[in-house]
Amino acid sequence: MPTGPTWNLLADVQQMFALHFMVNAFRAGTIVAVLAGAIGWFMVLRRQSFAGHTLAIVSYPGAAGAVLLGLSASLGYYIAAVAAALVIAAVPRSPSGQSYGEESAVIGTVQAFALASGALFVSLYGGFLNSQTSLLFGTFLGISNDQVVVLLVVAVVSLGVLCGIGRPLFFATVDADVAIARGVPGRLLSLAFLVLLGCAAAAASQITGALLVFSLLVMPAAAAQLITARPAVSFALTLLLAVVVTWLALGAAFYTVYPVGFWLTSFGFGLYVIAAVATGSTKLGRRRRALGPAIA
Amino acid sequence: MSGVSRSGPPAERADPAGRANGGPPADRGPAIEFDGAAIRLGGRTIWSDVTLTVGRGEFVALLGPNGVGKSTLVKVALGSLPLSAGQVRVLGRVPGESGRQIGYLPQRRTFDTRMRVRGIDVVRLGADGDRFGIPLPGASRWSTKGRAIRRRVSEVIDVVGASGYARRPIGQVSGGEQQRLLIAQALVRSPELLLLDEPLDNLDLPNQASVAALVAEICASQNVTVLMVAHDVNPILPYLDRVIYVAHGGAVCGSPSEVITSETLSALYSTPVEVLKASDGRLVVVGQPEAPAHHSDRHHGQER
Repeated sequence: MPTGPTWNLLADVQQMFALHFMVNAFRAGTIVAVLAGAIGWFMVLRRQSFAGHTLAIVSYPGAAGAVLLGLSASLGYYIAAVAAALVIAAVPRSPSGQSYGEESAVIGTVQAFALASGALFVSLYGGFLNSQTSLLFGTFLGISNDQVVVLLVVAVVSLGVLCGIGRPLFFATVDADVAIARGVPGRLLSLAFLVLLGCAAAAASQITGALLVFSLLVMPAAAAQLITARPAVSFALTLLLAVVVTWLALGAAFYTVYPVGFWLTSFGFGLYVIAAVATGSTKLGRRRRALGPAIA
Repeated sequence: MSGVSRSGPPAERADPAGRANGGPPADRGPAIEFDGAAIRLGGRTIWSDVTLTVGRGEFVALLGPNGVGKSTLVKVALGSLPLSAGQVRVLGRVPGESGRQIGYLPQRRTFDTRMRVRGIDVVRLGADGDRFGIPLPGASRWSTKGRAIRRRVSEVIDVVGASGYARRPIGQVSGGEQQRLLIAQALVRSPELLLLDEPLDNLDLPNQASVAALVAEICASQNVTVLMVAHDVNPILPYLDRVIYVAHGGAVCGSPSEVITSETLSALYSTPVEVLKASDGRLVVVGQPEAPAHHSDRHHGQER
């Protein structure tokens, strides 16, 4: 560990970037921030935070199981999260396609089972205790060049698909009945979005850990949507906030002994609180409503 | 679909471009035409032997007690539900083929107070929300098409009188204001037919009156045919050209004074029904067999 920040920004950044693992951490972090921010913006608007959380949690036994089988943890994250996305999409839902209602009990049970399986796989592997913590709470150490390339490919493909379906997805999110009457393929978009969400959750899990994925998926988007109701502006703001929070967290984690997931979550939370207070949600009732999407 | 085989006379199939030139609604046949239509959902016949005609430019109410299939009739006209018998033509074509010419406002649509999207964005989705891709930054300023859409959006917002609150998050404006924005959204593509499913539901009395007056004015000034599902005829009664009354598995169609009478409704329900007229002209239908249990959860049952 370095001696501590000199508080000379240029010197500090030079010191970090002299280390290859930090360069890779910043590369991976930036890719993940943009991907999770973009998908998270739609997720918050669609009130699918619960689904996003589930996908992230399911990716934990996926990663642990892959390690147990001698495969790469990264592959395990993606396979588990995308498979879970397909399962969630197959669960029948109300025609408007947005509320989970009764399914929440099922999903909650699956979440608990997924966490337990992950813990089992890790203990069966019997390896480093440390890997348990990094799977759950994130790490920025030892990200390989290959991992960065995989993240980049996943992000480019996911964002490409999102660009293709962006407007009708927004329509179906805001106004499902009219969108479907206008010929927007609601079910197909909903399925495509869940798969994208699976990819984003799996990618983010590798930096933030499975439990703290919300720091990138929810917090920047929720804060940006509080700040402005203009969709294009809040989308751009989400990406900006996600990247800034990630850079700050990596810098803070580099100079302290605390894990990167903790810094990400703290900065994200701080940002959200500032946004909530600054946008004049001083009335308790309104603030509680505004907090809703993040908690739901 | 069953209606495909039936080809209308040439006049009915005329190009709708005549309208774009600002000409009068030429003789292009009725806006909506049901002929011996019936629908079965989940093994139950909702209504059958429905024959009715809605002329171009008319303001028509679709009335009836809860759960009789009013929304179902609207969905048939939209082309999202197929008939089990008979034929239906909408704007001279098979339902579903005239999507762009129909503005649709579904039932009971309110936005979550947490929905952080402006009213103007929701209206704009009515114009191009079904197009794949994403809006490019600045396209609404620099491309001809983008500018045209932008102009049309602010035009319809003016028509419904929503300029004052169109830039506020839609979840934070009142029910009546949301309803006006949604009517603007339905109008944005200059449709020839507006299908409004209970737009007055959940509004207080002054808002019911003002939204009813707005729809009547749009019907006249924008040259649109309006089919409005309503639970209570009174707020729209002064403006109506025609009434379709659905009950007891069938429907009758005619002018309000023909249809909303003790004789017609008694025949429709096949049980004595009385229509009373209050001193202020309001109509009250007494004795219609309506199951109160339907009241709270009606469109989540058989109609969906």
